[in-house]
Amino acid sequence: MGTNVSLEDNFQTYVDGENKVEPKDWMPEKYRKTLIRQISQHAHSEIIGMQPEANWITRAPSLRAKLILLAKVQDEAGHGLYLYSAAETLGESREKMISDLQSGKAKYSSIFNYPTPSWADMGTIGWLVDGAAIQNQVMLTRTSYGPYARAMVKICKEESFHQRQGYEVVMKLAQGTPEQKAMAQESLNRWWWPSLMMFGPSDDESPNSAQSMKWKIKRKSNDTLRQEFVDKTVPQVEYLGLTVPDSDLKWNEARGHYDFGIINWDEFYAVIQGNGPCNKERIAHHVEAHEEGAWVREAANAFAQKQAQRKKNTGAAA
Amino acid sequence: MNKDHWKLWEVFLRSKNGLSHKHVGSLHAADTEMAIQNARDVYTRRSEGISIWVVPSESITASAPDEKEPLFAPSDDKVYRHPTFYDIPDDVEHM
Amino acid sequence: MNGGWLAGKKSQFTKDEALKEYFKFLADDALILGQQLSRWCSKGPVLEQDIAIINTSLDHIGRARLLYQELAKIEGNGATEDTLAYFRDHQEFRNALLLEQPNGHWGDSVVRSFFIDTFNFFLYDGLRRCENQVLAGIAEKSVKEIAYQAQWSAEWVIRLGDGTEESHEKVQKSIDNLWMWTGELFEKYPVFESLDSSFIDFSTLKTQWIEKVALVLETATLQMPNPESWMQTGGRLGVHTSHLGFILAEMQSLPRTYPDAAW
Repeated sequence: MGTNVSLEDNFQTYVDGENKVEPKDWMPEKYRKTLIRQISQHAHSEIIGMQPEANWITRAPSLRAKLILLAKVQDEAGHGLYLYSAAETLGESREKMISDLQSGKAKYSSIFNYPTPSWADMGTIGWLVDGAAIQNQVMLTRTSYGPYARAMVKICKEESFHQRQGYEVVMKLAQGTPEQKAMAQESLNRWWWPSLMMFGPSDDESPNSAQSMKWKIKRKSNDTLRQEFVDKTVPQVEYLGLTVPDSDLKWNEARGHYDFGIINWDEFYAVIQGNGPCNKERIAHHVEAHEEGAWVREAANAFAQKQAQRKKNTGAAA
Repeated sequence: MNKDHWKLWEVFLRSKNGLSHKHVGSLHAADTEMAIQNARDVYTRRSEGISIWVVPSESITASAPDEKEPLFAPSDDKVYRHPTFYDIPDDVEHM
Repeated sequence: MNGGWLAGKKSQFTKDEALKEYFKFLADDALILGQQLSRWCSKGPVLEQDIAIINTSLDHIGRARLLYQELAKIEGNGATEDTLAYFRDHQEFRNALLLEQPNGHWGDSVVRSFFIDTFNFFLYDGLRRCENQVLAGIAEKSVKEIAYQAQWSAEWVIRLGDGTEESHEKVQKSIDNLWMWTGELFEKYPVFESLDSSFIDFSTLKTQWIEKVALVLETATLQMPNPESWMQTGGRLGVHTSHLGFILAEMQSLPRTYPDAAW
């Protein structure tokens, strides 16, 4: 190896060898930036994603369902925390990430800008939205950045219960009274397309994807993941006796995959740009909680300082 | 540091007797009691640990990467202020 | 306890009736507090505390389920934990009024928890030796959780009391405002007369509770209001504040809209 081999080439060879990058290793600045953007976006999605579900905790129709939902939303808070932790290893403070979220500079998954008017949405979110997320997250357990990969391993272990929980809720509805079945179908109609959008723009419209794949931050393309999701989910819909709201959906024997209709990308970009039904509400909720908590955080800090001072004084006296 | 910003702590768990404490992640807390409680709430939701250590992140000194197999030229340390999630020997698959 | 507001309330209980009432005291307290705390989800002052307060909510609702399951067995007639939670109206609930008071700000919620957690700690500690084996088992399991909750809320009272000037003032106000709901916790109800003495008579916990609360408030540099001041009452007899009506309307809406559905 000659001395003129650049650090970047070295880095690429290292990553190509399926080696993990750790916080203090040298990395291209753009790799670091990409990771911060992606991990914090992922963390924000977990945190904002608590809201549409927290919305139903007080109204869950059985005590068992209430406990499960509460535990699930708590898991999401935990996952957000693991991810903020992973991003912090890159030198980005949580404070900064939160301020970027609140100012709109940082994004989160657009799916959470849709409302949850129905109890059935608690099932559909677990089943489809968490299902789509898992598709992505399983891939990310092998991502090249060590702390991110480790956070994803923990998250994936815990997420498996979420999807099963969601499917169970929908199944009870689909096999319940006619009103309940209608509730399940109505919810599926609203969530199907936004779930497909979760994988992001088509590969030819996704400028950052290629570099991310090369660095092994991402391991599969958006379209590949989306296709896998459709193939996996359609039989689950059929099992429930529900209908996928896509008249173009059909099995393609030659491809060995389902063909499906065209995604409404105008809607996708509109929601990303802040025009979904709940974008403003979600951020306002986050800002309000954060601002109302300021005096509490300050008090805890002030108390900690007093305690430290007291300890010092006792230490000095002894 | 803002007065409403809590400091960062690293969390280590012993999953059962006979094993050493292992780094599991980090969290924010104002004081030690809170850090321990939060660690229990956050990192042992599924009874993953029987003993918890918390250490202020600022108290950890990490070795420079050039002390391992020299893969790259020594790094500029400034960018990566937080010594969290430092190298652990296990493979990711076995975490 | 006769006359006025509570006139005409039942005062003689068979052993069986008393047992049901006692389970309702405990279960309804746990459910209503758990329901209230769950509202903090996604609204805590910091992510870590969101997780912490959800944990306590999970514990309370989990305990409520165990208690309702046993109560359902005693009740018979097709009662389940869910019919008990979702198909009783306000006058059939037996929770203390303290628990239905609104969440308010973090300090209000922390103080409400501190008052009840301290009460629960002594209560459940004693109930571990209850002659009712199921209840003793539930107490054994719960007492560790409750000890943790009591520590969590006491530490927060201390942090806020001895934190900043603003937090001190705020949490002192929370204490003053919630104080009048604490007396009810220690009333002596006719129900206790019909039960074995191993079912803790709540009135016997008052001294310990006041000692512990006084100690924590002193550490927190806060003033304890007068324990002999005028106290509100009624919850254990089914006479509630307006808050409970809203709590139940929200909680029960779905099963009551679709009474034939299973979830």
